[in-house]
Amino acid sequence: MSNTTTDIGEFEENTGEPEHRTRSRIWQGIFWVALIGFLLIAPALLYPVFVMQLLCFALFAAAFNLLIGFTGLLSFGHAAFFGGAAYIAGHALKVWGFPPLLGIATGTLFAAALGWAVGSLAIRRQGIYFAMITLALAQIVYFLVLQLPFTGGEDGLQGIPRGHLLGFIDLNQPLAMYYTVAAIFLIGFLVIYRIIHSPFGQVLQAIRENEPRALSLGYNVDRFKLLAFVLSAALAGLAGSTKALVFQFASLTDAHWQMSGEVILMTLLGGMGTIFGPVVGSFIVVALQHALSGIGSWVQVVIGGTFIACVLLFRRGIVGELARLLKINSL
Amino acid sequence: MDPMIRLILAQGMLGLNNGVFYAMLSLGLAVIFGLLNVVNFAHGALYMLGAFLALILYSYAGAWVGLDALHIGFWPALIIAPLLVACFGMLIERFMLRRLYKLDPIYSLLLTFGVTLVLQGLFINFFNASGTPYPGMPESLRGVVNLGFMMFPKYRLFVIIFSIVVCFVVWYMIERTRIGSRLRAGTENPELVKAFGINVPLMVMLTFGFGTGLAGLAGVLAAPIYSVSPLMGANLIIVIFAVVVIGGMGSIAGAVVTGFSLGLVEGITKVFYAPAANTVIFLLMVIILLVRPNGLFGRQG
Repeated sequence: MSNTTTDIGEFEENTGEPEHRTRSRIWQGIFWVALIGFLLIAPALLYPVFVMQLLCFALFAAAFNLLIGFTGLLSFGHAAFFGGAAYIAGHALKVWGFPPLLGIATGTLFAAALGWAVGSLAIRRQGIYFAMITLALAQIVYFLVLQLPFTGGEDGLQGIPRGHLLGFIDLNQPLAMYYTVAAIFLIGFLVIYRIIHSPFGQVLQAIRENEPRALSLGYNVDRFKLLAFVLSAALAGLAGSTKALVFQFASLTDAHWQMSGEVILMTLLGGMGTIFGPVVGSFIVVALQHALSGIGSWVQVVIGGTFIACVLLFRRGIVGELARLLKINSL
Repeated sequence: MDPMIRLILAQGMLGLNNGVFYAMLSLGLAVIFGLLNVVNFAHGALYMLGAFLALILYSYAGAWVGLDALHIGFWPALIIAPLLVACFGMLIERFMLRRLYKLDPIYSLLLTFGVTLVLQGLFINFFNASGTPYPGMPESLRGVVNLGFMMFPKYRLFVIIFSIVVCFVVWYMIERTRIGSRLRAGTENPELVKAFGINVPLMVMLTFGFGTGLAGLAGVLAAPIYSVSPLMGANLIIVIFAVVVIGGMGSIAGAVVTGFSLGLVEGITKVFYAPAANTVIFLLMVIILLVRPNGLFGRQG
């Protein structure tokens, strides 16, 4: 990306001096080490199920960020992919007797297909309409989940078996389950990292910055947007399928519009368009929900208040603000 | 009369009754979007607020001031509640939304989403999440009228007629009066309108108040029909978004016509295939996106 661009607004990029780039790399390295270190020792410090929940949501938020942060598209319907995949994976594991990884893959593929259908409709309109369309389409998925016979309606899909990984590792062992989830998270997160830093990811960012210009440079903008949408939906589905395997159930909450809102908050709070922001944001939101679970629906007031505060006071998010303080461009 | 036709007419009337709320809410959204370029997610929550204010005025307000026998009824509520909602809306505009106009409109959508969660959470805490019936329906509107093909509740007929009048008045005000022409000019070119000595920030605030007041008014009208519940607005706003995508937010008349017709379509769907009734509007949205991506009344771009 050239540094002669002038109309870049919020997302300031400055990749001029090599010294700058080195500092950026060092800090990114520190974050990577911290993240992998956390993944390794977390079960010794925290309740493993809680950490697995953190990781599922972190992957969900990172997948969502691929769209809002790196393509500039606000999807208000990502719960459909997360929840929809959870149901499909759960059904495959429970009724069809699929082994764990195949079950997760089924859920992920379903989310990708759904993402293709939703994405190709939603990209027909731009900006704020895109958000409204994704929200409305996700509501169709929600009604289907509520009404189809295999989903268990209000009760959700219960009793999903964890099974044996590769036929011999018993996932009912907490640590075996934990490291499987940690590996899935890390693979998903690395895939996202690679996408962002690939030539494809650079084009996505060009579309985010200036769509007409990307179009006039000869890029088929709609195809790039659609592919980004499908990838983001598939990774959200990976997170949802994994969550279904960990908690052994899929519920209506996973597919509800409020879930779409939560993933937006996680990303916004951590920092849209940053690499580690969604992870930080989702950790904070999930931890907050746990800490406040005793006060009932006041949680919703706190979540809503956080939303307002983020939008008004720090739109860069925590990691975005940190990157600005450290004077580096990507973290 | 053929029973099938009778059934269609009856469900059509009930559907039209839902259409009232689609029309009034998408009207408010269109008015706000036209001038502020803001999609107000909190519109559903403000509709809920209007309904709750009517309930509070009737059941609680008297006791709060020490007059247990005082019940502020439907007619006063029809004026007081929308005004209060409008004031609340203006506070949001003045202290929050105003800071976001220079940014991408997704930020104002996210801000109003946050407002929705706060309002919804507060009312779930203070009231029953599953809903409370509104006891204050005026005596004069109780009972039914014979429409020839069905016995229709008098109150619902009143709501249909009343809202058609409201929508017409709003349309007339915006399209045919001086205030409206200033408003439309402000949409086109705020700088130029400012140069003519018109206080644009004030106009923007009042417009937002007006749009949200319409949501509050719809809420009061809804209170005697549906039970008053904290979630009544959240489920509605998503349908309204689909209505708005179908109709396009560019035109006031378009928003109203689309709202009423989609209510009708939804009602009639109940006759033929009831389970599809709650998704038919979303499916229509899909069809519209395929054949006419800019919406029925949408402008290019």
